[in-house]
Parts: sequence; C-alpha cells; structure tokens
Amino acid sequence: MAEGEEKRSGPEPEAQTDAMQTEAEARQPEPEVPLKASPSAPSDVHAQRKESAPAASASPAETVAEEPASTKEPELVIAEKISAAKIGSEKISAAKASATEVRAAYEHPLAIRVTHWINAVCVFVLVTSGLRIFRAFPSFGPKIPEQDLIDIPKAITLGGWLGGALQWHFTFMWLFAASGAVYLLYQFLSGHYRTVLFTPKDISGVWPMVRHYFLFGPKPPVTGQYNPLQKLAYTSTVGFGILSLLTGLVLYKPAQYSWLAFLFGGFHLTRIWHFASMCGFVAFVPGHLIMVALHGWSNFYSMLAGWKREPEYQD
Amino acid sequence: MITRLEDRELKRRSRRELLKLAPLAALGVFAVPKASDWLVGEGVRFSDWAAGKLFQRQHLAPTFSNASVVPFAKFPYNGYDVLDPEVDLPNWTLTVEGDVQRPGEYKLAQVQALPKINQNTRHICVEGWDVIGAFGGTRISDFLAHVGANPKARFIEVECSDDYYESIDMESALHPQSLLCYEMYGQPLDRKHGAPLRLQMPTKLGYKQAKYLETLRVTSVLKPGKTGYWEDQGYSWYGGL
Repeated sequence: MAEGEEKRSGPEPEAQTDAMQTEAEARQPEPEVPLKASPSAPSDVHAQRKESAPAASASPAETVAEEPASTKEPELVIAEKISAAKIGSEKISAAKASATEVRAAYEHPLAIRVTHWINAVCVFVLVTSGLRIFRAFPSFGPKIPEQDLIDIPKAITLGGWLGGALQWHFTFMWLFAASGAVYLLYQFLSGHYRTVLFTPKDISGVWPMVRHYFLFGPKPPVTGQYNPLQKLAYTSTVGFGILSLLTGLVLYKPAQYSWLAFLFGGFHLTRIWHFASMCGFVAFVPGHLIMVALHGWSNFYSMLAGWKREPEYQD
Repeated sequence: MITRLEDRELKRRSRRELLKLAPLAALGVFAVPKASDWLVGEGVRFSDWAAGKLFQRQHLAPTFSNASVVPFAKFPYNGYDVLDPEVDLPNWTLTVEGDVQRPGEYKLAQVQALPKINQNTRHICVEGWDVIGAFGGTRISDFLAHVGANPKARFIEVECSDDYYESIDMESALHPQSLLCYEMYGQPLDRKHGAPLRLQMPTKLGYKQAKYLETLRVTSVLKPGKTGYWEDQGYSWYGGL
C-alpha cells in the first residue's frame, strides 16, 4: 500500500547517483526552508533530500564536537539536541535540516477555515431551530385534517418556542448565506475548488471508497487531498446549502418570490425540498464527524491551522 | 501540494495560522444567553429591515382559481384567545383616528360603499400551514384615501374586540391586495373569522391579519413594546411574505 512504498523509497535511494543530488542542491541553495516544491523540480527532489540524510551523518558529529555537553549522548538524542540548537542559527546545512524534515501541505486556506467553522455553527443552529419551527406544524399536508408526521423531541431543538426558534433561524440564515457566498467566491476565484469539486471523472472512484469504508474492501490509492467519496460528500453539502437557502427564501417570501416558488413546484413542495435539504445535512454531519475522528488529530488540526502534517498523498 | 519543512518551521507556521482563527473564538460570547438574546433580536431587526427592502409594492401575490380554493369547512379558525368576542354587530363602527383628515366612527356600509375586491389568495400561518381562501373587501388604500390619511404616515395600527392589536408598515398596507375584508366565500365574515371586519393581506403572515377590527389609527410612531400581540413576545414585526 501507499505507506509501504513510501518507506521503501526512503532508505534506498543510495542507488541514485550523487550527481543528481549535487544538481538539486545547486538549484536550491537553501533547501531547509523549501516554501513550495517548485513545479519544475518535482518529486525526485524530495527523494534526493531524503537521500542526503545518510550523507549527513558526518556533519552532526562536527556540530556535536562544538557542544561539549552533548558528546556522550546517544546518536538519536544528539540529533534532537542539534535540531534544537539550530534555532536562530544562520548557517544550517541541508544535511542537518533533513534530520527533522517533515512532509506537509497547506490544505485549508484561511478563508476556507473561517467559513467552515462559521458554516458549522450555522448548520447546527439552523437545523435545531428549524426542527423547533417544524414542531409547530409537523406535516406537509393540509391543516384540516392535520396529520402530524413526526414528534420531534424538544430536547434536540433550539429556541424554546416557535417565536424564539424563528429568531435564531432568521438571524443565522443571513450568516449562513454570507459565509456560504464567501466560501464559494473564494473557491472559484482562487481555483482551490479543484481539490474538492466532484466531477464526472470521480464517479468511478466512489464505489471503491464505499467498499473500503463499509465492507472492509482494499484501500484505494490516495491520489489527492480528497478521495472521490469525500468530493461527493463535500460537493453535496454545497448543494444542500444552496437548496436550503433558495427554498428558505421561498418560504420566507413566497409572495415576493412567487416565480421561484413556481420553479420548486409550489409552496408545499418547497417546504418539502427545504426539509429534504436539512435531511441532507443531518445525514452528512455524523458521517463527517466519524471520519474526522477516525483520521486522527493531524487531520482535524488541519482545519484549524491550515497545514496538514504528513499527508497520505504524494504530490 | 506537498512541501518539505523542518518540524519546527511547520509548527511555527501552524501556530501562526491557528492564531488567525482566534477572533472566531470571541464569538463564543454568544453562548451566554443574554448575548445570544441580543444577537437574535438584532438578527430579526435586520431581517425585517431587509424584508422591507425586498418588498415590491406592485408585485402581486399569486391568486388562484375557484377550483383551487379549499372548502370553507377546511379553512381553520385561528385565534389567540376567544374565537368569538361577541361583537355587537348591528351597532358596530370602526373608530378611525390619528394622522387623518376625517377621523371618527365609520359604519360597515361606508366601508362597503368603496370599490369591492374579490380575491382567492393563500393565507399562510407562521406555523407553516397554509390555506387558499376566497376573500372579499375594500382596499385599505381606498379606505385610507377616503378618510384622508396622511400619505406620508408610516404605519397603521389596529385594535380588536378580542384585545388583539397589530401594526403594519404603510407600504404593505397600501399594496393593491391588502384588504379590509368583510366577506369570505361570498358570505359576510362569520363571527369566528373576525366579523364584521378584518385585515386580509396575502403579503403578510396570518398573525398580522387582525380580526374583529375596532380601531384603525394612522401614525408615524409606534409605541415600543406595543407593536403587535405576538411581535411583543418575539415574532418578527414585519411578518411579510
């Protein structure tokens, strides 16, 4: 699997020529702070830097010699001490840096992180207050005779009563719309949407992921920030968001936007679409949370700090 | 895109990016009930303001064929307290006051003497249910012109026999489908539907459409905490559709 390959490629590259290594170092004089892997020098550069690790064993020894206290310590600890000593040092050789180098990716730009968390709060508030509003008339049929669909427990609702729930709903719908608009604008203006937008070429990759997650199938190779199933899920939530806002607008102003109500099939159907978009979120959120929990801290932390440590994908 | 970073450099950058989110944590203050009450209060005020801006004065709410109207028996009676406040129908008058040239007591016949509008429109309750009904009455705009209301006044206020009270923005009141309604399904309004006169406005939610009208006041100033029975408890004042 992917991880195995990665490990194999680490220690082995001694087979590669020293000439390549020198070439790479010549191209990048200060490789210990490689801001971005330049597109002209792709993955082979990484391989070479890893390769430089064994060669480096000579220079830590030199550094150790300069630090009397460290001389007797075992090699591993020494390496750590060195990396600590490096802070503030102007001259750090590529060889030394490689001892603590990690692979990382700046996955979530600030705009995405901010809107993600605002949207998360909005979805929570809108779903719970929306369920309280639905409690007032839990039906999609006529008022007389009324046939209630479900009795939604008060405990999972927000707002206390219909009026209170409406206040939460009427406040957070604007926030959700604004945050959603910023999210979409950013995605499309920056081109970042390409990492997450589900496109027809992702279709074939959905089933293998489902099989892997739910039926203990083999893990498909990780090729990018998101796998096809993730793209499908995230793109769908954007769809739920747009649907909930448009149908919400119709329910909020059915007379002003009577043409939009008509497009949704009338007032009653619009109420059903609005409820359905909520169901979409309710289906998405637990799956999303479970996946985040399963994938560990570094994955979760990336939505806070932007950077992901040691991503599974290669480029 | 994969970057290779020194461990400390990655930690430093992550911390810096994390700090940029710190202002969001300040929003946690809204977990305090007092702060969240204020927030959602302002949210509704903004909502009402925006709703007023979205309102199109000449845009008509959908109207329906007679075949789409629900049977009279399936048009719900809805009230906040008593459904029949026992209005003395024969001696009933509408008190008109405030910013008008001809204040006073108006008989039902005087209201009915103005041009009559019949419309089949959707009545929508804040709870989410709706019914398409057949209504007949006089345009509020015609009646306001009749009593010489100041065209620049901003609101109408109404008081009802069941102690319900409401206030409506003038733009919505002047909408061509906003009626002083005295008929449903071709019959005089029955007692439980608000006889003898009620507001009927397909651009407003049900709770704005007060029944059993007693007083109509034209004004530009609303009394805080006295803008509408439900509004004073937290419903949106604008209540527009």
